[in-house]
Amino acid sequence: MTVIEIENLTFSYEKQIILENINLKVEEKDFLAIIGPNGGGKSTLLKLILGINPVKKGSIKTFGEKPKKNLSKIGYVPQNTNVNTDFPIKVIEVVLMGHIGTKRPLFGYAKEEKMCALGALSQVGMEKFANEKIGSLSGGQRQRVMIARALCAHPQILILDEPTASIDIEGQKQIYKLLEDLNSYITIIVVSHDISVIMQYANKVVHINKKLTCHDTSGHTDTLSHQCNHFCEVEMFNQFREVK
Amino acid sequence: MFEALSYDFIQNALIAGLLVSMASGIIGSLIVVNRMVFLAGGIAHTAYGGIGVAVFLGLPIFLGASIFAVLAALIIASITLKHRERMDTFIGLMWAVGMAVGVVLIDLTPGYQADFMSYLFGSILAVSQSDLWFMGGLLAVIGFIMTFWYRDILAVSYDSEYANLRGINVRFFYTLILVLSALTVVVAIKVVGLILVIALLTIPVYIAEKLSNTLYSMMILSGIFSSVFTLIGLWFSYEYDIASGASIILISAMTLFLFLGVNALRGKA
Repeated sequence: MTVIEIENLTFSYEKQIILENINLKVEEKDFLAIIGPNGGGKSTLLKLILGINPVKKGSIKTFGEKPKKNLSKIGYVPQNTNVNTDFPIKVIEVVLMGHIGTKRPLFGYAKEEKMCALGALSQVGMEKFANEKIGSLSGGQRQRVMIARALCAHPQILILDEPTASIDIEGQKQIYKLLEDLNSYITIIVVSHDISVIMQYANKVVHINKKLTCHDTSGHTDTLSHQCNHFCEVEMFNQFREVK
Repeated sequence: MFEALSYDFIQNALIAGLLVSMASGIIGSLIVVNRMVFLAGGIAHTAYGGIGVAVFLGLPIFLGASIFAVLAALIIASITLKHRERMDTFIGLMWAVGMAVGVVLIDLTPGYQADFMSYLFGSILAVSQSDLWFMGGLLAVIGFIMTFWYRDILAVSYDSEYANLRGINVRFFYTLILVLSALTVVVAIKVVGLILVIALLTIPVYIAEKLSNTLYSMMILSGIFSSVFTLIGLWFSYEYDIASGASIILISAMTLFLFLGVNALRGKA
């Protein structure tokens, strides 16, 4: 099943074109990695898929409909979870935010919501920290809490923007291991810089620099570079592998 | 000391102090976690323009100040939501123009200049019965909103982008926080004056933030600290015949320094 379908998408801020003629299909249970230079349009594409930025030219469909209609089926883990660490809020309250928008009690949180949030926390191995202040966690732990918040709404697609930036190596490994487990039943889209890590997990890699180039890396052979003149980190990585 | 409690104006001052402390504890917490302190300062000084208009036209002071402050809050909300990068310039502009309008209109009002200082430094001993109703009403509204929309306000304050994705009307709640801040600033002006209002909205809150791990407990703690500082400040003011607003703020500030000092020593030990 195709969960995201992007056709002839062009997006620009005022006169500057950010994304040009993007075509992309994401299938159910894909593990898609989005790579590319800073300012190349990666985050903008995510914002279009999430319906934060409006689509002006071309089309994006999630589950066959406009992005705004299916927001509850998409979990999102934003970049920079290290901001606002002084905020007086408990881990469980952050996770509970994932629920907002669904049926809710007159005030406070319903018992089911709390159970569900604790479930999401145990999925990412953070249930022991439920009542800790968010600022007391390490960067990697906080990132896992943000993943739990996204999982709280039982999404069918999980989108992560640079999930391992500014996290130590051990924390990065844990996060990718977690994503690999989740991928058994959820479609995963990750924006990332760590090409060497992402190549182990992703079955599709797209390179975005205004235009999009798709690599099918599931069989670990990349036929694309023979077809056109495209050359990015993926080709470089494959060449290294051949030399080895 | 205790015979003072039999005076009506002292009773009113105490009740006003407690009502305003609770309101400023709740709203001050929101202002601090949303990094809106400068915005609140802008609203406070713009409100002075409203005081000038009210004095000039012979309207109730709270009414004039509230209208001006709420308008300022709405303008600031629309600017911060659209042109975030120019925000400081606009707020600085409103800050200065509001003050200037107030000063000019009070100057133009015949025979009415004696009370000028009371708006700058507060006049808690001159709180009337109707002022108390206004303060109580505001606290009730704040309490009502915080009870039923706490989780939305929490989500918008902590991570507005994510709140937006979960279908919360971020613009509405952001504007609501600013409007409540504006009204709280207006009643706090009565207690400590517009120069010191920012201190009342931030000092107790800062101490409470360090001691809380939820926004809710931060609000309650700030309200309690603020009440204690206000009561002690009022007592000093009565006993030594000094300005009440300034003495409340100095009590708060001294407690803050003490708190920071103890924290620093603990950190070393």
